[in-house]
Amino acid sequence: MKLNGAQILVNSLKSEGVSHVFGYPGGAVLHIYDALNACEDIKHILVRHEQGATHGADGYARASGKCGVTLVTSGPGITNAVTGIATAHMDSIPMVIISGQVPSPLIGMDAFQEVDAVGITRSCVKHNFLIKDISEIAITVKKAFHIATTGRPGPVLIDIPKDITIAKMEVEEYPKTIEMRSYKSTIKASDHQIKKAVVMLANSKRPILYAGGGCIIGNASKELREFTHMTGFPITQTLMGLGAYPMTDNQSLGMLGMHGTYEANMAMHGSDCVVAIGSRFDDRITGNLEKFCPTAKFIHIDIDPSQISKNVVADIPIVGQTKQVLQALIDQMKDKKLADISNWWSQIEEWRKVDSLAYKKSPGVIKPQTVIEMLYEVTKGKAIVTSDVGQHQMWAAQYYLFDEPRQWINSGGLGTMGFGLPAAMGAKLAMPDRDVACVTGDGSIQMMLQELSTMLQYSTPVKIINLNNGYLGMVRQWQEFFYEKRYAMSYMEALPDFVKLAESYGHMGIRVEKEEDLKPALIEAFNQKERTVFLDIVTDPSENVFPMIPAGGGHSDMLLAGRDEMVSKDETDFNAV
Amino acid sequence: MRHIISVILENEAGALSRVAGLFSARGFNIESLTVAATTDSTLSRMTIVSVGDDGIIEQIVKQLDKLIDVVKVVDLTATEHIERELLLAKISISSDTQADVEAKLDQFNAKIIDAAEEAYIVELAGKSQKIKDFLSAFNAEQIIEVSRTGVTGVCQKI
Ligand SMILES: Cc1ncc(C[n+]2csc(CCOP(=O)(O)OP(=O)(O)O)c2C)c(N)n1
Ligand SMILES: [Mg+2]
Repeated sequence: MKLNGAQILVNSLKSEGVSHVFGYPGGAVLHIYDALNACEDIKHILVRHEQGATHGADGYARASGKCGVTLVTSGPGITNAVTGIATAHMDSIPMVIISGQVPSPLIGMDAFQEVDAVGITRSCVKHNFLIKDISEIAITVKKAFHIATTGRPGPVLIDIPKDITIAKMEVEEYPKTIEMRSYKSTIKASDHQIKKAVVMLANSKRPILYAGGGCIIGNASKELREFTHMTGFPITQTLMGLGAYPMTDNQSLGMLGMHGTYEANMAMHGSDCVVAIGSRFDDRITGNLEKFCPTAKFIHIDIDPSQISKNVVADIPIVGQTKQVLQALIDQMKDKKLADISNWWSQIEEWRKVDSLAYKKSPGVIKPQTVIEMLYEVTKGKAIVTSDVGQHQMWAAQYYLFDEPRQWINSGGLGTMGFGLPAAMGAKLAMPDRDVACVTGDGSIQMMLQELSTMLQYSTPVKIINLNNGYLGMVRQWQEFFYEKRYAMSYMEALPDFVKLAESYGHMGIRVEKEEDLKPALIEAFNQKERTVFLDIVTDPSENVFPMIPAGGGHSDMLLAGRDEMVSKDETDFNAV
Repeated sequence: MRHIISVILENEAGALSRVAGLFSARGFNIESLTVAATTDSTLSRMTIVSVGDDGIIEQIVKQLDKLIDVVKVVDLTATEHIERELLLAKISISSDTQADVEAKLDQFNAKIIDAAEEAYIVELAGKSQKIKDFLSAFNAEQIIEVSRTGVTGVCQKI
C-alpha cells in the first residue's frame, strides 16, 4: 500500500505511542493536518499561539514523564515556538517538535514563510533534522524520539518540507529499535568511582545531599528517598528538584540558592562533602563561586559528562543515571559504618531556628506567602502546581511543600514568563484526575492569556492563582535593593479586569481583596471540578522575596526578611563539628 | 595552552555548522579548523586548533562529544601525534631578489609549483611554527598573498 509522507509521519507518531499533539496549522503542514484529522488515536490540541503549543507539550511531558509533541507550520509558526523549545532545552524536557517547511525546491529562495528552522533552533535543541526524502521520515521520527527521551533528555526538531508530505511511497514497517554509532544513551557508572564515593561519604562529618532536576527527570525519587533515609544525611533541593524528596520530611532543609532557606545555604557553606545528584551548579545555586562551599569536597553524579567540572571541579565525578548510581550507592553503603554526624545535625537545627521563611502579616493586605500556604492547605499539598516567573514563582517554591516528583512544574533554566498557563493546561491533559493550579503574576499571565481559549475548547479545568501585586515584582525588588528604588518600567499600569477577562473566555473569575475572603474563594475554586477558575488575588505590592543572596554574595551572605542587615555568618565555627 | 582536537563526525549537511555554532555560542576560541571526508564516505574528520586552559579544553571536548553527529573526539595534544599544515604563498621576485628567494626556498624545502616572471607560487608543508618562520624570512613586500590550510594531524599510535 502506498501512503503519502504526511500519513507516514502520523503513523510513525502513532507507533511511538503519542496520545496528544499540541499544534497550530498553516500552509506548510496542511497535508499533515489532513492525515492527523483521519487518525483517531492522536488527540490534537489546537492552541492559540505556537509558544503555547511548546509550553503545553512541555507541561504534559513534565507531569507525565512522557515525550511532549508539537506541530507547527513554517516561518512564523516555528519562530513563535522557539521560546518554548529553548525553555524545554534548558530544563532537559523530552519533546519532539515537527515543523513544516517550504517545498524542497524553494528552500533558500526566500520563499513565502520560509525560515531556516534548523539554523534558528540549533542552539536550543538537543538535535534537529531536515528531512530530504520521504524514505527518511519513519527512521527520523524513530531517531528523534530516541534522542529526545534517552540520556539527558531534550527537545528534538524535525523540519519537513511540504513536498515530502505529499510524495507517496510503499509503506514499510516502523523500525522497532534504533542504533546510532554517534549517540550512546546508556552509560554505566564506573564502579571504581562509586567505591571511592562510598569511602568519602562514610567518613564525612558534615555531609549534604544537593538534589536537582536530574532526580525527577531520571525518575530517581524512590532511590533518593531510600539513600537519604539510610544515610541520615541532610538534603537540600534545587528549584528544579523540588519534590524529588518530600519537603515535609525532617531531613529536608528545603530549597537552596539565591532564595533558598538559611539552613540549606548555611549547610552547603559549612559542609565537608557535597553530593550533587542530577544538579549542575547553576549560578542561581552557587552564588559567587569564589565563596562557594569553602570547605567541601564534591561528589558529582550526572548523566551528562559536560556538566561535570563545568562550574565547580568535582573531586569524585560519577557519570551515570541518577537512579542507577543511587541504587549502586545504596547497595554498597548498606553495611558501611558511617561517621557520627549528630553534631552536624545540632548545628543545622540551630540554623533552622532562624526560621528564615517567617514573614510578618500586616493588617488590611494579603501577603503572597499566605496565599501559597492556604493553597497548600486547601489542596492538602496534593495539587500539581505550575508557575510563571517572578516573585510568585519563588513564593510557590518556598511555601508549597512538594512531597512528590512531577508535582512542581516551572521554567527554572530559561525563566520564561508565560510558561505557567499553557504548562498547566498540558499537565491537566496528562493528569486529568489531579488538581492543577497555576501560580502566576499580573505580568506573566498576560504573556500567554490567549490559551484561556484553548482551555475552554478542551475543558482543562485549571485554577489560576494570580498574585496580583500590580508590579513586575521581581524587577521591582531588584530596583528597590540595587537601583536605589528607581522603579523603571516595573509598574504595570492599566491592568485589565481579570475577572471580566476570564468570564469573556467562558471561565469563572473571582477577585479577592481581603484575607478573610481568600480561603472561601480557594475552596470554591477547587470545588468547581469542571471549570477553569481565575482567582485574581490582590497582594501586598511592597512584599519582597527572602532570604536573598545578593549578586556577588556567597551562601553565608543572606538577606533575611524584616532583618535590615545582612546576616553574614562567615565565622567558621562549624568546622569544629 | 594550544590543543589540537580531532573530531570524527557524520558526513551530514549541517554538521560543520553545529561545531562552529558550539564554539561561538560558548565563547570557545578557534585558531584553525579543517574538515574533509575520510576513507569512509559517511564520515568526516575535522581538526580544530584551540587555545585554553585545561578546564576549557575539557569542556570543548565534552561539548563536542555531546553533539549527536559526533562519533569520536580526541585531544591529539594529549598523545604522541604528528601535525602538519600546508601553505601556498605568492612571492614576488625580481632580478635582484630571485637568487635570495630561491636560497630561502631551498633552506625550508619549499617547492615552486608555479613560476611566472614576477612571482613564484610556492608550497610548504610543516608544523605551524615552521610556516611562520618561513614567512618571516621574507620582507612583507615580497609576500603578495598567503593561503594556509590550518593544522591537520594524526595520532601516532597504530
Ligand atoms: C519572557 C520574559 N521577559 C522578561 C523576564 C524578566 N522578568 C523576570 S521576573 C519579571 C516580573 C514578573 O512579573 P509578575 O509576573 O507580575 O510576577 P511578580 O514578580 O510580580 O510576582 C520579569 C519582567 C522574564 N523572566 N521572561
Ligand atoms: Mg506582579
